[in-house]
Amino acid sequence: MVTAGAGSIPEIALDGVTKRYRNAAVAVEGISLTVERGEFVTFLGPSGCGKSTLLKLVSGLSPVSEGKVRVNGMTPENARDLVSFIFQDATLLPWRTVEHNVGLGMELEHTARPARRERVAQMLELVGLSHVAKRFPRQLSGGMKMRTSIARALASRPRILLMDEPFAALDEMTRDRLNEELLRLYNEHKWTVLFVTHSVAEAVLLSTRVVILAAHPGRVAHDVKVDLPWPRTAETRESKGFDEQVTRASHLLRGVYQA
Amino acid sequence: MKRQLLLAINSVMVFACFLGLWQGIIALNHLPPYILPGPMTVAAALRDRFPSLLNSLSITTEEAAGGLAASIVAGVTVSMIFAQWRGLRQLLYPYTILLQTVPIVAIAPLIINWVGAGLFSVTIVTFIISLAPIIANTTQGLVSVDENLVNLFVMHKATPAQVLFKLRLPNALPNLFAGIRISAGISVIGGIMGELFAGSVRVGEGGLGYAITYANNQMETSYLFALVFAATVLGFSFFFIVTFLEWLALRNWHESSLPYLEE
Repeated sequence: MVTAGAGSIPEIALDGVTKRYRNAAVAVEGISLTVERGEFVTFLGPSGCGKSTLLKLVSGLSPVSEGKVRVNGMTPENARDLVSFIFQDATLLPWRTVEHNVGLGMELEHTARPARRERVAQMLELVGLSHVAKRFPRQLSGGMKMRTSIARALASRPRILLMDEPFAALDEMTRDRLNEELLRLYNEHKWTVLFVTHSVAEAVLLSTRVVILAAHPGRVAHDVKVDLPWPRTAETRESKGFDEQVTRASHLLRGVYQA
Repeated sequence: MKRQLLLAINSVMVFACFLGLWQGIIALNHLPPYILPGPMTVAAALRDRFPSLLNSLSITTEEAAGGLAASIVAGVTVSMIFAQWRGLRQLLYPYTILLQTVPIVAIAPLIINWVGAGLFSVTIVTFIISLAPIIANTTQGLVSVDENLVNLFVMHKATPAQVLFKLRLPNALPNLFAGIRISAGISVIGGIMGELFAGSVRVGEGGLGYAITYANNQMETSYLFALVFAATVLGFSFFFIVTFLEWLALRNWHESSLPYLEE
């Protein structure tokens, strides 16, 4: 494995990637995309544009039909140590308490119990859930469930986060708050993030870069930088630049929907 | 708690009304006890023949519990094999349905022919009759796991054993209990039916099915009623025990157990 000169290896590289399903439906076609370490890239686009498929390809959960995906120069399967996936539903195990859900990944990887317990406590602290550590998922609100899911993803110390519409099922206030918390964590950890959403405002607030996809077949229509200063916070939403960026992205997105 | 107490009182009152109606019908029509004994006569038979009734009850309990326990062990094992190997499941699953449709009345005499009359052959009958619901329900629970939960385990490079024991098996627990609850009731029926064919398991001693045949032949209708009552109580006890174990296992997380938790 080549790790020397890691600076020159892109964190995530898609080269002419096509995904066809068994019924011959084409999810994405000929996508080439490079993501550098520390970028926060959001995918926007109509349903059927293959946003979620892209995350599945990068995680290796779904194999490519054509082309090549590389994560830090490795195949997606070999890069799993670097990657955490956060799904749209919190996907918690209902029979486990919050703390045991957060510790699941470490448990599967046979991390020693004391180290596990310490890290779980840290993660719960980080997402503000220490007070519900012993509760079961069904006793949590939607926002708390999603926080648990995020804590679980962060517990394995990922370099790359794949987030598939993580906040789509939440009410707007909760969603805003979780966006702000995600920004705070991102400012500290600077992971590389691939984020799928339907919300233009969310995309603009969070990302360094927005990729707008067109559907049937899924392909890159626009790839734009978000020109807003870092670190971003709740106040970013009130800045003048924010509205401009949202307007611009919405305009591009509308073009894709009409096409 | 108050509502549950009220419910219990109501149930007892319904039962009392039923007993009164029963006694009333007999008094009005002057029915002799060998046609339809009244509740008092049945109670007397229950009291007088209590030792032999208890003996029959314990024999049937042993057979039903043994067959049920064996069907749980075998059923869960088969289901886990089905869950791990999809091809095998598709090949063999139809036969488990066959197991459910086979007329146990027809094969019970065969089994007794092969194994010999006695506790063991009746236990085999209860085992066969209890097996299908457990396999069907448990397999269902093992394979219907949220796809993204499986993906989560894959991302953490989980072994097949980890996926089975930390994901599929707990996921199937509610289904397993649903299966056991069905099987608990029919295992008692299977035991009694087996005994109708097997006869006495020890000299002059047999389970409820044997005693029912005997009481019927002797026209001891009031004792027959007492035996039917005992069989009903046995089936209900099985059901109650399983429901309690289910509540213990699932009370914290599963929707089916929520009402208990909210009290």
